[in-house]
Amino acid sequence: MQTTTTPALLYLDAVSVVFDGFRALNNLSLMIGPTEMRAIIGPNGAGKTTMMDVITGKTRPTAGQATFEGGRHDLTTLDEATIAQLGIGRKFQTPTVFEMHTVEDNLRLALKADRRTFPTLFARRSAAERERIDALLERIRLTDSRRRRAAELSHGQKQWLEIGMLLAQEPKLLLVDEPAAGMTDQETADTADLLREIARTRAVVVVEHDMVFVRDLGVKVTCLHEGTVLAEGSLDQVSANERVVEVYLGR
Amino acid sequence: MITDRLLGRSGAVFLAIVLAVAVLVPLSNLALPAGSALRVPDYMMPLLGKYLCYALLALSVDLVWGYAGILSLGHGAFFALGGYAMGMYLMRQIGARGVYGNPVLPDFMVFLNYKELPWFWQGFDHFPFAALMVLAAPGLLAFVFGWFAFRSRVTGVYLSIITQAMTYALLLAFFRNDMGFGGNNGLTDFKDILGFPVQAQGTRAALFFLSAVALAGGFLLCRAVVTSKLGKVLVAIRDAESRTRFIGYRVETYKLFVWTLSAMLAGVAGALYVPQVGIINPSEFAPASSIETVIWVAVGGRGTLAGAALGAVVVNAGKTWFTGVFPEVWLFALGLLFVLVTLLLPKGILGTAAEWWTGRRRPAVRDLDDEDGVARPVDARGAPVPAE
Ligand SMILES: Nc1ncnc2c1ncn2[C@@H]1O[C@H](COP(=O)(O)OP(=O)(O)OP(=O)(O)O)[C@@H](O)[C@H]1O
Ligand SMILES: [Mg+2]
Repeated sequence: MQTTTTPALLYLDAVSVVFDGFRALNNLSLMIGPTEMRAIIGPNGAGKTTMMDVITGKTRPTAGQATFEGGRHDLTTLDEATIAQLGIGRKFQTPTVFEMHTVEDNLRLALKADRRTFPTLFARRSAAERERIDALLERIRLTDSRRRRAAELSHGQKQWLEIGMLLAQEPKLLLVDEPAAGMTDQETADTADLLREIARTRAVVVVEHDMVFVRDLGVKVTCLHEGTVLAEGSLDQVSANERVVEVYLGR
Repeated sequence: MITDRLLGRSGAVFLAIVLAVAVLVPLSNLALPAGSALRVPDYMMPLLGKYLCYALLALSVDLVWGYAGILSLGHGAFFALGGYAMGMYLMRQIGARGVYGNPVLPDFMVFLNYKELPWFWQGFDHFPFAALMVLAAPGLLAFVFGWFAFRSRVTGVYLSIITQAMTYALLLAFFRNDMGFGGNNGLTDFKDILGFPVQAQGTRAALFFLSAVALAGGFLLCRAVVTSKLGKVLVAIRDAESRTRFIGYRVETYKLFVWTLSAMLAGVAGALYVPQVGIINPSEFAPASSIETVIWVAVGGRGTLAGAALGAVVVNAGKTWFTGVFPEVWLFALGLLFVLVTLLLPKGILGTAAEWWTGRRRPAVRDLDDEDGVARPVDARGAPVPAE
């Protein structure tokens, strides 16, 4: 059982990322609770993807701190694989699944398991694994496509497969970059449902431009601009902010 | 069934052919009378044995290139190191029968005024030690090379270039007389292997048989790797390396594992090659030899294992014929072959045949389970082929 004070799961403190003199992130601070869902909005180039790169170890911050699980892990010193194994999963802006593998194998590779080389070499398929894959396939509605190669899926299906792969990892924190991009209205609504359901048991950070989708999520919103937090609060509060309207919503 | 999964469609056929060849070729050579039309002639057996060693080398290249996306242009180095380890054992077996009759030093050392056997030649008069070195020398080089290369995330063309540099550096080193490996003449004039005369027909038959068994064993080992979960991780790395990292796989250790394993297979191929051709010299380190190996794999079918072995045999048979008939044009023919295969048959002989066969047998539903381990659609140019 969780006790009273819940420390932040993810804590970014004054993070800056400089690319050849250009500040992609500028003194960014952000705190995410253990089962919190947060929506991140902001104009193109605001630094949303770069922020995820910092959290997942792809980009090292020029300055600032990034810690996980109440300061226990310093994310700025770990590599991508270690961070993933700590329980941070990521969905990319452009869906990236393993195109040559079947849908089922994509999930199997993502399933939480020993990631070391030799245990992976000798890994056997188990009934438990099969059950977890079946349940995931059901949830992302790809049961009928389990044997198809991922390359053959539609764009929306790939997005869902990638979310399924995220779930398979059983992460504590999910970073989801523009999940609704290129989806139909119905798919977008379904995706919002799925994410809300996931957020009941874990933390989710969603980057999205689609305001209808963000409203659907009904969670706290952070607006980024030029690498820093411009406004934070409910969607109504944030959309009432003059600066937000000026740089983003009002365009 | 587990064996179905391990062997795959073409694997069972491949294994049956290799094992049949392993028995029939030596049998026909030894048992049939000299004039018989069915008899494999004496000169032919070591030649065919050589092809089998090349097939094993091609298999090792396909394991890293076809499945993990590591295009090695330096596998000849691992092959040659395995060959030198065997060659050193064979040199020690000559004993006092050399031209100079020195009981301790091989001829080339006497010629170069060596006073005693260099430390790194110690132990090579024992076969088990030499056999260990056949695996350890290429394995260690690959491990050290891979440790640095994969850790610093060198990939693609840059990695290929440094593999060329590696084999080229070794070529230059082995050319030097003071390296203690016989300089540009290499090691030759072998007499015995395990007490049997190397040139004897019976020994040659045994070496041929062992080469075929090694090819079959290497094939099974590679299949076991590529059909395992690790094999799927390798293909994932090949197609989307950074994605694989973000789901928690430490890509560099996976590459290091398969790279080192592949180098040891290449070493075994080299070790079996040397007693059959009777010589090992630095030309095996030549960058061009390693590139040729990649061509065999591309011709046979990258990412199919059996195809790589087939490609090695087909291209080398062609080479033997060509160099006999029009020796000058062989290199042009090889270049042309590579261009034609890349343009017209990007999945190689076996890749194309497999596709044609699947298309014919099951036009609508595709059950991918029985294709496990065949690293599907990726052409010789390295581009994944989009689904139809
Ligand atoms: N590796 C890099 N090298 C140089 N500049 C970079 C690099 N990565 C990102 N940038 C720059 O940093 C800025 C922030 O990019 P980022 O991708 O984080 O924006 P974003 O908020 O995700 O935008 P979008 O909504 O378009 O996805 C952009 O101006 C981008 O060009
Ligand atoms: Mg972005």
